[in-house]
Amino acid sequence: MPVSTSSAGLPLWQRRTTAAQWLRFAAWLFGLSLFLLCWKVISDNTLWVFVEDAGRQGSDLLGRMLPPRWEYAEKLWRPMWDTLNIATLGTALGVLMAFPVAFLAARNTTPHPLVRSLALMIIVSSRSINSLIWAMLLVTIVGPGVLAGIIAIALRSIGFVGKLLYEAIEEIHPTPVEAISATGASRLQVMNYAVLPQVLPAFAGISLYRWDINIRESTVLGLVGAGGIGLALNASINSLAWSQVSVIFVMIFATVIVSEWMSARVRRAMI
Amino acid sequence: MLTLEGVGKRYPTGDRALSDIDLALPKGQVMALIGPSGAGKSTLIRCVNRLVEPSQGHIRLDGDELTTLSGAGLRRARRSMGMIFQEYALVDRLTVMENVLSGRLGYVGFWRSFFRRYPEQDVREAFRLLERVGLDHALDKRADALSGGQRQRVGIARALLQSPRLLLVDEPTASLDPKTSRQIMRLIRELCAERGLAAIINIHDVALARQFADRIVGLNAGRIVFDGAPSELTSDILTTIYGEEEWDTRVGPEEPAEERSAPPRAFDVALSGAVR
Repeated sequence: MPVSTSSAGLPLWQRRTTAAQWLRFAAWLFGLSLFLLCWKVISDNTLWVFVEDAGRQGSDLLGRMLPPRWEYAEKLWRPMWDTLNIATLGTALGVLMAFPVAFLAARNTTPHPLVRSLALMIIVSSRSINSLIWAMLLVTIVGPGVLAGIIAIALRSIGFVGKLLYEAIEEIHPTPVEAISATGASRLQVMNYAVLPQVLPAFAGISLYRWDINIRESTVLGLVGAGGIGLALNASINSLAWSQVSVIFVMIFATVIVSEWMSARVRRAMI
Repeated sequence: MLTLEGVGKRYPTGDRALSDIDLALPKGQVMALIGPSGAGKSTLIRCVNRLVEPSQGHIRLDGDELTTLSGAGLRRARRSMGMIFQEYALVDRLTVMENVLSGRLGYVGFWRSFFRRYPEQDVREAFRLLERVGLDHALDKRADALSGGQRQRVGIARALLQSPRLLLVDEPTASLDPKTSRQIMRLIRELCAERGLAAIINIHDVALARQFADRIVGLNAGRIVFDGAPSELTSDILTTIYGEEEWDTRVGPEEPAEERSAPPRAFDVALSGAVR
């Protein structure tokens, strides 16, 4: 208790007891020491000779990238279109699969705790694997190309959309659910009338947000052969065509800006 | 028509919400259930339609045992008990019409309700009810665009569209202003009379309970401590229900008691006006 008695017999109040104060101090000291120790380890493992001419290397690379070879953009429309398709179709497929999973995973809508653990398992395993790794696996399974990219994006999106959606489902107001149940509605009708309308805005927002992320993620999937603009990026880097790489960067940048703007507009229109 | 026998409820936390409730509600009777917060009023009416599972006792509606039902049987029983809630419990993002029609969910199949293709007579009845509660102009509005009193009217229409035999009403006026509270209570009262419905109304406002109920039951700590006509409710009895309080004291000089269209909300002022 941070309340003690002064020598004059009056009650004293401090924010923390003396013991708690010392404990906090020790914790801070420990944290700071750990930080410095880690710093030392990293420093020892760095080859500083390489870092010393980093500035020169960087400006050298920039020099090769500039000016961008703009004619190359003509060959990029097709891969860019593929990238957009990977992101959009992948998101749609992922959202479609995430929707039922979220309802099975939410504590208030799951039919059984065992089903819930299973659904959570699907969500966790989807989330724990990066879409680039999904793509690598899928390229070996279904072969290189856009299809592998779409499935990779979809598999990664299940976890993301599923998790955010099931959290939204758990946060709904319980009273409409009570009211609809009290009319004698079946489980599915309760979902349709009391749960779904409450999570629909969140669902739309989450899906758009994931689409936004997927546009960015699908630009790199080509690095492992899963189609899209990443293939062109990979080829350009391998042939040291840095002036083409800069064109690709500009293109990706522009696409991401447009997709952010679009998703912001759609979201505003929907809520 | 509704009988409760030895009903008790103990929550998993160990809290005893209800003990030994015996109650019989004849057809057409409007009963007010009063008592302090936490006395078990909400638990009691939720035990009847099984939103809360009673831990012991029997509840019968027209002779049918409700406590053992499950699945389709429970849904069928719930159809005949309309419920009205304190915070209206409408689905905000659905329209008024959809909210009212959801009262038919126990009667129509899933796909019909999913595509909102309700039978014609249900829709006609919904129109009639909306007109009766004075909201026929708002049927296409979203529920969250309405005022508190209007929302409660939608809630009432939804409950009535179930064609219930019994209304369970949980603090219908707690979120409303004094005038709207009276209008809502009057509406519930009239509708019960028109359709011969019995009703259990949980209510905090003792003055409203006196004015609109045929019978008052007082609950304290999960037990019935009073059961009688509104005229029998004296200060002494209020003390047994709610605990010690100067029920008749007023601040300032005595005013002549006159009829007010909207009595002050302050509990003991409104009450003493009614007691004398």
